Amino acid sequence: MTAPGTPVDLSGARKVAPFAPDLLQTTEHHLCSGCGHPVAWRLIVEVLDELDLVNRSIGVVGHGCYTQIITTADVEFFQCLHGRAPAVAMGMKRMLPDRAIYTIQGDGDMVSEGLAEILHVAARGESITCLMLDNGVFGDTGGHMTATTTVGQRTKTDVSGRSASEYGYPIPVADFVAQLPGVAYVARGAVDRPNAVARTRRYLRNAFEAQVAGEGFSLVEILTMCPTGWSVPADQGAQYQREQMNATYPLGELRAR
Amino acid sequence: MPLVLREGYEAMAEAAVHSGCRFFAGYPMLPFTGLLDAFTRAFERQGDGVMIQADTEIEGINMALGAAATGARAATGSTGQGIALMQEAVAEAALNELPLVIFNIGRGQQDYFQCTRGGGWGDYRTIALAPASVTEADELTRLAFELADQWLTPVVVYGDHLIGFTQMTVEHDPERAPTVPPDKPWALDGSTGGTGTSKVIWTWRQGKHNTPGPGPNLHWQHVADKYAELEQAEPRHVSRHLDGTRHLVVSFGTTGPFVDYVVDELRADGHPVGAFRPVTLWPFPSQALADAATRCEQVLVYELNAGQMVDDVRLALNGAVPVRSIGGVSQDESGMRQGDLLGVDVMRARILDAMQGADAR
Repeated sequence: MTAPGTPVDLSGARKVAPFAPDLLQTTEHHLCSGCGHPVAWRLIVEVLDELDLVNRSIGVVGHGCYTQIITTADVEFFQCLHGRAPAVAMGMKRMLPDRAIYTIQGDGDMVSEGLAEILHVAARGESITCLMLDNGVFGDTGGHMTATTTVGQRTKTDVSGRSASEYGYPIPVADFVAQLPGVAYVARGAVDRPNAVARTRRYLRNAFEAQVAGEGFSLVEILTMCPTGWSVPADQGAQYQREQMNATYPLGELRAR
Repeated sequence: MPLVLREGYEAMAEAAVHSGCRFFAGYPMLPFTGLLDAFTRAFERQGDGVMIQADTEIEGINMALGAAATGARAATGSTGQGIALMQEAVAEAALNELPLVIFNIGRGQQDYFQCTRGGGWGDYRTIALAPASVTEADELTRLAFELADQWLTPVVVYGDHLIGFTQMTVEHDPERAPTVPPDKPWALDGSTGGTGTSKVIWTWRQGKHNTPGPGPNLHWQHVADKYAELEQAEPRHVSRHLDGTRHLVVSFGTTGPFVDYVVDELRADGHPVGAFRPVTLWPFPSQALADAATRCEQVLVYELNAGQMVDDVRLALNGAVPVRSIGGVSQDESGMRQGDLLGVDVMRARILDAMQGADAR
């Protein structure tokens, strides 16, 4: 493993894809250095494009740093109340059953504020796709603890790391949802290294394909780096995620199609 | 026009479906539950429309917001306590300019402030319609969907168990075509993706990189201006015996017909008494009330709560006429419905007492 602070060796690197997907109206954003969200954004819009869903999909987006995607990605969005995206998406899907309806939420949005909505909509087996960008902190507020913060993870709420005796344990909502009968597909990916990005793209494709095929509810959780919220240097976010989050949130398909 | 006998719940649900309502979500709670059931039946008869029994009131209203964002006429509802849970989303609908109809089948008249002030955030209002009968509930449900689309706002229909469980005649013409909702160019259907001008709906109205919006300051000022215009354009009321009236009794909702009965009797006995009932609790018919009360000795407010609408009556009259609250908190022992103050004998006694008190002064 590379020691923290070691300059990245880019010799031999080659450009394999355009830097900006066509579906972004701009590449400007307000996200911090080392943030994992832009990679997740990119995967989401690229998968919508690959599956020919660009002009027949609506994203329902909660509140977090990722919300800015609604001003840059050239697809339709509804920005809803914190935590309520699955309920809003369900109302939309019932009115527009031939459209792909999906949510983009953070862990604070989906698991802290919106646990009731995600569980009920998943249990109903609604044909929508919910995407959670999970960094274990409220990045937008400056790094406070969420319901997915792992034990020992640094947050503004507890800078020495989440203490189970004081704050209890994180809620692995994707694992819960994967147990429900009406659920077609659940996976947990990451964007910390190229092979994880490639797998996450496949998970997103599977999730949207499950919806389009009418198989039921689908959920993809994506672990995203938040070095600012985690109080680590930008280039150490990926390593901190692997050391601090991956054991609590093992990557892979939790419910295959 | 043929008339049919309808229970209030059925009348409201049928009026909603006939108005083009295609989505309803709600969480069971007495006495709202009757409306939930009526919507299920009305959609089944129609062969179209979606009724979802939500798992919380918060979920229900947010589902309805999602349906409304696609341009569908959508509604939700509850009883005052459940409407309390929905307040964040009611404000969001108003500030996001999403048409939504919200039925409050209350346990009494203690939700006047909730209907007219609300508990959400920001500079927003909701139109609040208070039917006094099944017949009026039918008419006002239709009006609610029209006003919601016209003004892009949430509209509250404030009824109670008396309307729900009473049967009255409503107009029912099988030949009458259902209302076709207006075109909604702002609604989402996914089709603008990839055009460079794809749509986005959010309360801050910042738009997108290619199509910037006005931003929160200008948008919220626009919403406030719209409500100021609505406040002038949409007040509605009914009144009786205004000629020569010295004592004007103001009431709302199902208390109104009881007051009317008593006022008719007192008039027949030669007492100079009249009645005034706002149909829109917001916008409150302030000017009409001020006009009606010009030559009155006093205005008496009979409402079954500790004194809520009386605030609006005082604001409307602005000190020009003395205002007295002669109603009060009145629940039966179940807590589900109005108590003893909803009765003509007690009303007559309180109105006469107030009239004599004024004479004594």
